[in-house]
Amino acid sequence: MRAGILRSPSPLPGFGLSFGIMMAVLSIVVLLPIGALLGRGLMIGPGDLWGMVNSRRIWAALSLSFRAALIASAFNLVFGLLLAWVLVRYRFWGRRIIDAAVDLPFALPTAVAGIALTALYAPNGTFGQALAPLGLKVAYTEVGIWVALVFIGLPFVVRTVQPVIEELEPELEEVSATLGARRAFTLRRVVLPTLAPALLTGFALALARSVGEYGSVIFIAGNIPGLTEIAPLLIVIRLEEYNYDAAAAIGIAMLVISFAMLLAINAIQTWSRRRIGLA
Amino acid sequence: MPDIALSRPVPVTTEPRPIRTLLIGLSVAFVALFLFAPLVTVFVEALAEGWRGMIAALSLPDARAAIRMTLTIAAIAVPLNAVFGIAAAWAITKFDFRAKAFLITLIDLPFSVSPVVAGLMLVLLFGANSTLGGWLIAHDMPIVFAFPGIVLATLFVTFPFVARELIPVMIEQGRAEEEAALTLGASGWRIFFTVTLPNIRWALLYGVLLCNARAMGEFGAVAIVSGKIRGETATMPTMVEMFYNEYLSVAAFTLAGVLAMLALLTLLLKSLLEWRHADLLAATRRH
Repeated sequence: MRAGILRSPSPLPGFGLSFGIMMAVLSIVVLLPIGALLGRGLMIGPGDLWGMVNSRRIWAALSLSFRAALIASAFNLVFGLLLAWVLVRYRFWGRRIIDAAVDLPFALPTAVAGIALTALYAPNGTFGQALAPLGLKVAYTEVGIWVALVFIGLPFVVRTVQPVIEELEPELEEVSATLGARRAFTLRRVVLPTLAPALLTGFALALARSVGEYGSVIFIAGNIPGLTEIAPLLIVIRLEEYNYDAAAAIGIAMLVISFAMLLAINAIQTWSRRRIGLA
Repeated sequence: MPDIALSRPVPVTTEPRPIRTLLIGLSVAFVALFLFAPLVTVFVEALAEGWRGMIAALSLPDARAAIRMTLTIAAIAVPLNAVFGIAAAWAITKFDFRAKAFLITLIDLPFSVSPVVAGLMLVLLFGANSTLGGWLIAHDMPIVFAFPGIVLATLFVTFPFVARELIPVMIEQGRAEEEAALTLGASGWRIFFTVTLPNIRWALLYGVLLCNARAMGEFGAVAIVSGKIRGETATMPTMVEMFYNEYLSVAAFTLAGVLAMLALLTLLLKSLLEWRHADLLAATRRH
């Protein structure tokens, strides 16, 4: 075991073994595959790569994936905050069941969620029949994609905001009240700013997950090219045609979006730590 | 009677009762419509032809092979992930070295990569038309459209689960106990098994539970890498898709029902862990 400029000395054993296992698995499972995708991109060359991505069908798919993810995450931002608040602050019958159920989208396989939502919202499904007289069509339209992504993204917002609400000091709200603020004012000017970083983080996590979501969306989307065809599905179609270069081009575009969002999440977290005064 | 009208104290840290009732009602309705309704639908559709239909669906050879496949994959991927998670958490929390934050970001990376892109990466790396893949196939060790590929895809998507749970818990617990054991002459393994492991066991179990749920349910990455060969590489989620696309609704929803039962079991165990050992789990978690 070496101790030197790269690592400060520690009396504990096992650095070589644990670091070795970590780097070996990380390399084989994550880094090599990412390298293969980026390497493929380099082989194709930036010009050809752009040429392959720059088609109307791919732009439509990428912008649909991003737009639907934005809409669903915005919806989850509101209802996730509501759920987190209700679960932490109020006591009511069935609270624990609701609390446990919030994790259902993490535990339920996406393909199962996909076919269940499709059965519900299809024209002959329970919700589909109820919505039809109102002129609302959900399954096989973009709205269906929103519904699936709301399902997928909800726990990210709730589980990010919930611990922060638990940590809120009630004294702050009491102070605000003694200074004459009404409840709505206190919530808006005292509570909400404290929750803002967690809300943003939850929103970004839900967004990152929703942009790349595949299993729950493809069943309900209808997959009409240019209209309800999401970017991951386009990769699958290209792979089934053995057109690896085109698939890699879309994959790289999506990877760039993922990296950008990962950076954004990290920036939000650094910013929020600094705001609280930990950094 | 003296008329001392003591007004009831006005609670200032909560909302008025009607608003509370409204918000609770909205939340319950939201969860019922968006979470419970799909779950119930799975079982209703599975029972569309009664118990006989379900039993018939479960005795289809393709369904049985898919169940076996999924259980085998989880049995391999989850322990591997646990070993990786423990090693990563030990290296990261017990030692100080450069670029640690960057390493943690790399471990988190699979969470933000689309499963489909993950599958694509593995096909590009190990597929028949890549150098490495061609060599492996020539030596009779195919990875893509075969068992090892599914394991790799599952490992990729579940990669951060155990490490993510362990790292915050082990940072909080510090190194003092391990260092004390060291001064008393304990060996590295003895320190790990008698000091560290008892401290992190509930967090480890929690991470393994979440990892297992994802390993059994992964669809996108596995669908690409496995090639969905019936009876050979089809897993339960991919078999659900194939049954569904063939309009074998009862078979699809029966298999989906088995997965939903597993999900409910996961949620139950998870909730039990959280209620009984909340203090020993990571204080804040994102997943």
